[in-house]
Amino acid sequence: MTWRLFHSCERLALLARFALFCGILVSTPAYAVDPLPFKNHSEELRFQALTKQLRCLVCQNESLADSNAPLAADLRRDVFQQMQAGKSDDEIKAWLTARYSDFVLYDPPLHAGTWLLWFGPALVLLAGGAAIIVVVRRRSRLAPLQANATKPVGDTEEDW
Amino acid sequence: MNARLLPLAGFALVFALLGFGIYWSQSHDPREVPSPLIGKPAPQFSLPLLDDPAKKVGSAELAGQPYLLNVFASWCFACRDEHPILMSDGKRLGIKLVGFNYKDEPDDAKRWLAQYGNPYDVIIADYPGNIAIDFGVTGAPETFLVDAEGVIRYKYISPITPEIIATELLPRISLLKQQAAK
Repeated sequence: MTWRLFHSCERLALLARFALFCGILVSTPAYAVDPLPFKNHSEELRFQALTKQLRCLVCQNESLADSNAPLAADLRRDVFQQMQAGKSDDEIKAWLTARYSDFVLYDPPLHAGTWLLWFGPALVLLAGGAAIIVVVRRRSRLAPLQANATKPVGDTEEDW
Repeated sequence: MNARLLPLAGFALVFALLGFGIYWSQSHDPREVPSPLIGKPAPQFSLPLLDDPAKKVGSAELAGQPYLLNVFASWCFACRDEHPILMSDGKRLGIKLVGFNYKDEPDDAKRWLAQYGNPYDVIIADYPGNIAIDFGVTGAPETFLVDAEGVIRYKYISPITPEIIATELLPRISLLKQQAAK
């Protein structure tokens, strides 16, 4: 089940990182480059920016820009060809999601299946904020009582 | 509520969340990318035969009957696990079994089939991997059930098992045959 392309590319990635670590590749950026004939530098920048937003389907923790998997190389080639054909970034993304679903996008679009993904963290933050407000209010109500008492009521249950 | 229990409650909540995450990842392989192509027409293609690259077979030739498209390659370890199942149960499916040789050296593929046997009715070869991308293939093995109208009805990622044949493939195939008989 697990012996898919994943392993070979993971090993390759490890090797690549090791090579980087040894300082062999220090001077060049760590793009998994297939030499693509870019017309100019801005086109290359656009390509790099776009492929960084796309997820490699094989090593899913790598972007299309970074992955050494053969499928990633094929998809980079296709993305490049579509750029040459004058397609916009959105058109290229639509072409990919038609085949590989939203999974290829690191930035998933907002729809019914992803609202928890988008708003979950905000909900947790709100809940945490509300909890803090409740605790602080309760303490400030207790504080004057403690000041008036002859002995401080230090070891009560509120004192965590 | 006793406020001293509040941190414990918070911890229990986080614990439950993480525990659910572990439970979920046990039963769901994150690499099994959901296919948006199910229920949609399979891509149009025409690919050379593995045995005879001069001849091509594609969606036009395969149309009219349901078929099972099985993505395999000699470099694919998991395909070796799947292969005996296809050899023993492939005929039991009652539909055409199409081998899709994915990004493979033809000689390696032929040697592999000579060694382990050939369960396929026809084998097409996608050396550059372009048609595989149209099918949303992420690796091998992957299996597609395509109906007589050329619509993808089902996709399975990972090696096929006897359970998958019994619970997923055969019921769908018999349904397709019932629909065809009407």
